[in-house]
Amino acid sequence: MKQEMINAIKVDYTYESQQQDIPMVLRNININVKKGEFVAVLGHNGSGKSTLAKHFNALLLPIGGVVFVDNMDTQDEHVTWEIRQQVGMVFQNPDNQIVATIVEEDVAFGPENLGVPPAQIRERVNEALKLVDMYAYKGHAPHLLSGGQKQRIAIAGILAMKPACIVLDEPTAMLDPEGRKEVMRAIQKLNREEGITVVLITHYMDEAVQADRVIVMEQGQIVMEGAPRKVFSQVAYLKEIGLDVPQVTELAYELQKAGVKIQEDILTIEECIEAVAKKLKGNK
Amino acid sequence: MIKDITLGQYFPGNSVVHKLDPRVKIILTLLYITALFIVTNFKGYIVFGLFTFIIISISTIPHRFVFKGLRPLLFIIVLTAFINMFMTKEGVILYGIGPLVATDKGVEMAIFMVLRLLFLIMGTSLLTLTTSPILLTDGIEKLLNPFKKIGVPAHELAMMMTIALRFIPTLLEETDKIMKAQMARGADFESGNLLKRAKGLVPLLVPLFISAFRRADELATAMESRCYRGGDQRTRMKQLITDKRDYIAIVVMIALIAALIMMRLL
Repeated sequence: MKQEMINAIKVDYTYESQQQDIPMVLRNININVKKGEFVAVLGHNGSGKSTLAKHFNALLLPIGGVVFVDNMDTQDEHVTWEIRQQVGMVFQNPDNQIVATIVEEDVAFGPENLGVPPAQIRERVNEALKLVDMYAYKGHAPHLLSGGQKQRIAIAGILAMKPACIVLDEPTAMLDPEGRKEVMRAIQKLNREEGITVVLITHYMDEAVQADRVIVMEQGQIVMEGAPRKVFSQVAYLKEIGLDVPQVTELAYELQKAGVKIQEDILTIEECIEAVAKKLKGNK
Repeated sequence: MIKDITLGQYFPGNSVVHKLDPRVKIILTLLYITALFIVTNFKGYIVFGLFTFIIISISTIPHRFVFKGLRPLLFIIVLTAFINMFMTKEGVILYGIGPLVATDKGVEMAIFMVLRLLFLIMGTSLLTLTTSPILLTDGIEKLLNPFKKIGVPAHELAMMMTIALRFIPTLLEETDKIMKAQMARGADFESGNLLKRAKGLVPLLVPLFISAFRRADELATAMESRCYRGGDQRTRMKQLITDKRDYIAIVVMIALIAALIMMRLL
């Protein structure tokens, strides 16, 4: 039990609890996120993945089932704030989660709410900004920064609260490719070097590939779960439920279909190059 | 273009005036305004003008910035001068066209009133020119804190001001975007009479309001996620410190008021 960061057991949820016969947004969800793990949740719009994310820091409470965060029940109102300190949340639109008019003031917002002494807040803010490589911008106004920079500020704002886990709800959806790379690099670093548990909600396959484990959601249910290599090898099924696979995986899949014998669980460009090169050499 | 507007009229600097504790600065500004009403003769205004001039010089703010603040209020100043000049019936008549009669007392009154207004505007704009909006908000919050007991929502007011300041550029940018999008669809914001133009704003305001509400909702969720639960038990990273220079500034202001009172009595 000690190793578990988030444990969701048989979670049901619907936004309109008053009416009967309303389709559940979440149905019988069982998730277990270990401490230090990097989990990606995939699914297209309306699959319930954002709703699920909001259960992880007690923004939403399950109608059926229970969610434990670090062994605390999210239903228990006494620990709500402790849960939110433990599980930080980053949202899609960077503009709508920055509160203050100066970068460092915004990063300080979380620890200020927690009642941390002023000197310590300063320390935490500097540390958090350095972690996301935004220390040089601490005196800037957020509205003059790029999307990727703003999103990293939002992440720093969460880090300053010293959480054990960060849930990111499509953090790169509104960013340009450069911004996406910056944010993904920051997330990777936090997971690998700081040991922070990461739950990444996304619909970008190439981001999900970087996770330890991928969970695929469809119509409020978990339909697939496993290592990225295992999940993405199911190309036909993923396509059936309207999801993509990484481009190189798809290439390998198409080659297979065309009769070229090539390994099917290719995830990265490097792997693909290697496999294709091997194949070409072998044919000579 | 629309994005480039500056917030408030803060003019960054490093002067003593900039560095004063915002709480002290707000109180000093209030005292300055009070002092203005003690003055009733020209000698007093000379002292007052000199004082204002010195403070502006210390603040290193270009004088034209201070005068720029006067421009939007020019109409009120002229109107005040006009009314005071022609509505004062005492004294020796200097000039008159029909019912409009200017007396020497009237002219004097008008000059006094205009000077009073000028100093009033200059003094208050000096406060906003030398204090960043954030510090100003902090100062107001701290000053209102004692009134919490009688139900003044000090923290909530300050938080609202901060968020408003934060979202002004965002919403301006959005307005710009919506305007362009609607113009691309053939909307016309520039021609026609007043009524037609007002009607033309509807396709701009409706999406803007909807988006503002959506933003507010998302911001509230994000704030809750970051453990925001009102002003209680909240600490601040930046503490307001009252320094030696603040006490000196207070003493100077009291000296000015004392001098002005003396001049009035003598």
